[in-house]
Amino acid sequence: MYVAAKGGEQAIAAAHAWLAEERRGDRRDPALSLRQIASQLALATARVMAEGSLYDEALAALAVQQSRGDLVEAVFLLRAYRTTLPRLAASRPLDTGRMVVERRVSATFKDIPGGQILGPTFDYTHRLLDFALEAGDEAAAARIAAAPAPTRPRVSEVLGREGLLRDEPRQNAEPTDLTRTPLELPADRPLRLQALARADEGFLLSLAYSTQRGYGRTHAFVGELRIGAVEVEVEIPELGLSVAFAEIVVTECETVNQFTGSRREPPQFTRGYGLTLGRCERKAISMSLVDRALQWRELGEDYAGAPAQDEEFVLMHCDNVQATGFLEHIKLPHYVDFQAELELIRRLRREAGGAGEAAE
Amino acid sequence: MIRADWIGLLARSIPEALEARLDGLELPPHDWLRAPETGTVMVRGRTGGTGAPFNLGEVTATRCTLRLGDGTEGHAFVQGRDAAHATRAALVDALMQGPRAAEMRAGVLDPLAAEEAARRAERAGKAEATRVEFETMVRGDD
Repeated sequence: MYVAAKGGEQAIAAAHAWLAEERRGDRRDPALSLRQIASQLALATARVMAEGSLYDEALAALAVQQSRGDLVEAVFLLRAYRTTLPRLAASRPLDTGRMVVERRVSATFKDIPGGQILGPTFDYTHRLLDFALEAGDEAAAARIAAAPAPTRPRVSEVLGREGLLRDEPRQNAEPTDLTRTPLELPADRPLRLQALARADEGFLLSLAYSTQRGYGRTHAFVGELRIGAVEVEVEIPELGLSVAFAEIVVTECETVNQFTGSRREPPQFTRGYGLTLGRCERKAISMSLVDRALQWRELGEDYAGAPAQDEEFVLMHCDNVQATGFLEHIKLPHYVDFQAELELIRRLRREAGGAGEAAE
Repeated sequence: MIRADWIGLLARSIPEALEARLDGLELPPHDWLRAPETGTVMVRGRTGGTGAPFNLGEVTATRCTLRLGDGTEGHAFVQGRDAAHATRAALVDALMQGPRAAEMRAGVLDPLAAEEAARRAERAGKAEATRVEFETMVRGDD
């Protein structure tokens, strides 16, 4: 139990003043602008949007700056701000097949309609520190080629026709929203995907890696990974119109998983799905592996007791704001609790015969 | 371009770009039916890209409704938190329904549409430059 403490106002004010000074950094340098953070630390900003579950680059950049680059703290700030905003509407489901693709690769199918597009990737770089950057390299420029069409069809749309890939039949049920309704278990797949989409990247990465190492193995390959801009459509009931009011960047990953069949399903390839706000490639891949592992019940697979298969374990521990809130509170004053603990230990030692006290 | 298209185009436009297009144009006074309000829209995806809807996360949005002196109503529902941007979008929407439609189309909507298309084409062109043809090596002794 946490018992409130009081006092310390001056020390707290002084701590926050020092924090502000430290945040500003070396005054010989100009302060970072939010535009610089959003554009030059774009992937940090994207991660804060994805886990903060709010797409707004300027707000995410502000959160990164305010938190001094502590991204979990930044996610917390963005989540807290989000709760002050009214919900105006829910969008129509995104049509990711109409994404203006900047990256799209498939590890399983070499010749895909629209081609393999590397995009601005770290893949195939040597992972050597680039000292040209340290020296202030301003020469960077992308090449441009004539493009046939900005959109490229999703790989599974092309391959699903053969029937070897488990179908994802279109449904239109209203999904439960875990920001409005407390999470109840067992959760259906839409609710699980919402939780995973805002989950901590590191947590999902480790869980996904554990499935690759054998804890609930699902033999995943990246069927398609794509990053790009999609329009967000919303119905405006006053006008009776559907309007594409926003364009956002999302990352989508679909894994193709070996599946030898179960009592309910024939042998086929099954699918794991990852979708994140912003450019979050590692997160989207991790999400699709964890999504696939959590589907064991729907697919009639055995529960191997692996952490990634354990819905309660995954969903109750994947949110870094919840986790850090509970974890970090143990550093706040617990003097009254601890006093009680101290009394207990002293009493137990007295009852044990006073040997300990005699030794003191 | 039908009304849903221009409301969307205005909503997605870069605030500075819309402001620049309206710079120097005479804009009529208006009353608020609904003053600009910032909130969020829950963005939905589909399981596996095609299945059941799920809640992906939210995006900031600002909406407003205004009325010109002649009674024409203008509506805006824009991405982001910029109330002035929403107001400009609603004004253009209102003017598109009256005698200044051709002026708005030529001076605001067409240039914004061209800028958006150019922005997308540039990204698609950069993407195309990174298109790769992987060759698989056949292993074996032939």
